[in-house]
Amino acid sequence: MPDATGATHEFRMPSLGADMEAGRIVRWRVAPGDRVARGDIVVEVETDKAEMEVETFQEGVIERLVAVVGDKVPVGGPLAMIRSPSGALREAPAPPVATSPAAAAPPAPARAAPPPSSPPAPSPARALGERARATPLARRIAEASGVDLQAIAGTGPAGAITADDVRAATAATPRAPSAPAASPAPVAASAERSAARQRVVAALMERSKREIPHYYLNASIDLTAALAWLEERNRERPVADRVLPAALLCRAVARALEAAPELSGHYEAGSFRPAPALHLGIAIALRGGGLIAPAILDAAAKPLSELMRGLRDLGERARNGKLRASEMASATLTVTSLGDGGVDSVQAVIYPPQVAIIGFGTPAPRPWVDREGGLCVRTIVQATLAADHRVSNGHRGARFLKALERALQNPEQLT
Amino acid sequence: MTNEAARALLAEVFRRFAPEVDFGSIDPRADLREQLDIDSLDFLNALVAIHERTGVDIPESDYAQVATLDAAAAYLAARAR
Repeated sequence: MPDATGATHEFRMPSLGADMEAGRIVRWRVAPGDRVARGDIVVEVETDKAEMEVETFQEGVIERLVAVVGDKVPVGGPLAMIRSPSGALREAPAPPVATSPAAAAPPAPARAAPPPSSPPAPSPARALGERARATPLARRIAEASGVDLQAIAGTGPAGAITADDVRAATAATPRAPSAPAASPAPVAASAERSAARQRVVAALMERSKREIPHYYLNASIDLTAALAWLEERNRERPVADRVLPAALLCRAVARALEAAPELSGHYEAGSFRPAPALHLGIAIALRGGGLIAPAILDAAAKPLSELMRGLRDLGERARNGKLRASEMASATLTVTSLGDGGVDSVQAVIYPPQVAIIGFGTPAPRPWVDREGGLCVRTIVQATLAADHRVSNGHRGARFLKALERALQNPEQLT
Repeated sequence: MTNEAARALLAEVFRRFAPEVDFGSIDPRADLREQLDIDSLDFLNALVAIHERTGVDIPESDYAQVATLDAAAAYLAARAR
């Protein structure tokens, strides 16, 4: 019985975004005694924003379930106990210890493991930043008093922040402005749920506009060649293999990012951490209200057809409430495309703690001046970069848009 | 496939993407996507579902022929077994 000597780990409610405070258990996908591997879906959770599936990054055997269906569990609260086989366990990524969502709590990239099929990469948790470790009581006190756990030095075991540390900090620091809390929505009442979802969006966008000095750059990009190329490509393919312009734009964004990599990453606790991989957030408006931006993981490594599958898949699962925790929390840069909205351009609001968002308007025929100075009609899309001036400046932003424009003039290189 | 069957199938497929819309109340001669408020991603997913259910693969060049409920039903009825 090797398991008898193994260590038991708490499987905790992950933070699925800067705006999340708690999640409600919708359905367990495992039972005590089940064996789980890294990446297995353990539980379905509902937040004010969306329903999603939560994976484990700890392998082992489910010892017991701590929370039951219907329970509302705060971020960082225990959900289940997982017993790891001895020996197999080395240094698994530490379970994320939540920071106070009321303070500058970043989404937990700690849970942003690569998809199970990817080769094991260094955990983004390590690359994107150390999270404050804190006891549950310390966390509750910090939450209640609006103290940023990141700013506190822990004196507990392994540097963990204790309740006394937080009390000391509370006495010493002025109360931080706390983000407006979204109230819980009953599972049934859809009107109330959409109101709750909108409150979550409101809190996040308020925080963005309060904290992030946005700057905006706009470029008109000729999409005529790219759309003609797509049409030709799609002509010979069954509907399931067709690629939408949105996917091509995402591919071009990933390519253009090579010219300005500092647009992808997280700004937390006063410093910028570039992202080791591009997890491209896709803004999706939910029917009945609400807006989510789950990520296509490791988007730069995906060819066009795979990006398109990723988009379709996200759209489908956003509707069914089957998004994964890793997708909800990990975006390092977001794209919002109002391609069907008939708008010229989108000056978008950055999702904290990300540092940029790219908005695409609706491609439309417009008068255009070609290279020879002749007047013609071309299909133009307005690409707008909104970026965090604490991290990048207009010069770098312009480089990005230039690279984006170039990439879209050579669509055959975007496969 | 009869025109009625095609209509029923379209209603069933699109209801997945626009569950709150009363399909009986939409104008069969007005733009379907606009009335259902579905974007190109949902529309593509709907076409995939139609392909799976009927074997009819609607090419991009025919999208204009399936823009309304009446037109889409006629299109499917003529092609699906």
